[in-house]
Amino acid sequence: MWPDERVARFVNDSFLAARVHVRQNPEAFKQHSERYKAPWTPTILLLDADGVEHHRIEGFLPTDDFLAQLMLGRARIAFDQAHWAEAERWFREIVEQLPNSDAAPEALYWAGVAPYKATGNPVSLKATGQAFKGRYQDTPWAKKASVWT
Amino acid sequence: MKIDFRSDVDRVLQDAKAQQKPVLLDFSAAPM
Repeated sequence: MWPDERVARFVNDSFLAARVHVRQNPEAFKQHSERYKAPWTPTILLLDADGVEHHRIEGFLPTDDFLAQLMLGRARIAFDQAHWAEAERWFREIVEQLPNSDAAPEALYWAGVAPYKATGNPVSLKATGQAFKGRYQDTPWAKKASVWT
Repeated sequence: MKIDFRSDVDRVLQDAKAQQKPVLLDFSAAPM
């Protein structure tokens, strides 16, 4: 996961990165794993600038799925902070750049929600519901979006 | 390219607040 060039570039561009290692620094691991309720490794938390968790990745993932989860976390932070246009753009980047990743259906769902939150216009929800009829039909996100059509 | 991981989590959180930049916090047991 980490040695991948795309992952490294994305992390360095998007986040300040910290690592606590269970064996190399057991005291710090204990302190922070208790604080964030993260007893398992690997666990990656994506926090906003105030240290509030917005997304969590637990367990190993292949590189594309891992990168998509990191991108999802970045978009989730923007969404939770009501930065709707930025969130929509970043959710859509996942669908466009990593369409076969496990995160893509979830990203497609939230890419439809973000403009609705910005405008109150349900047209983006309807379009997203329609989009799920052409892809990702067997995912929970398609079920959730089915109410919009 | 390597990721600029730092081990002082509290310092990273302080810097994140000052820079208004999000944080990736990795709980790891991977061989170093």
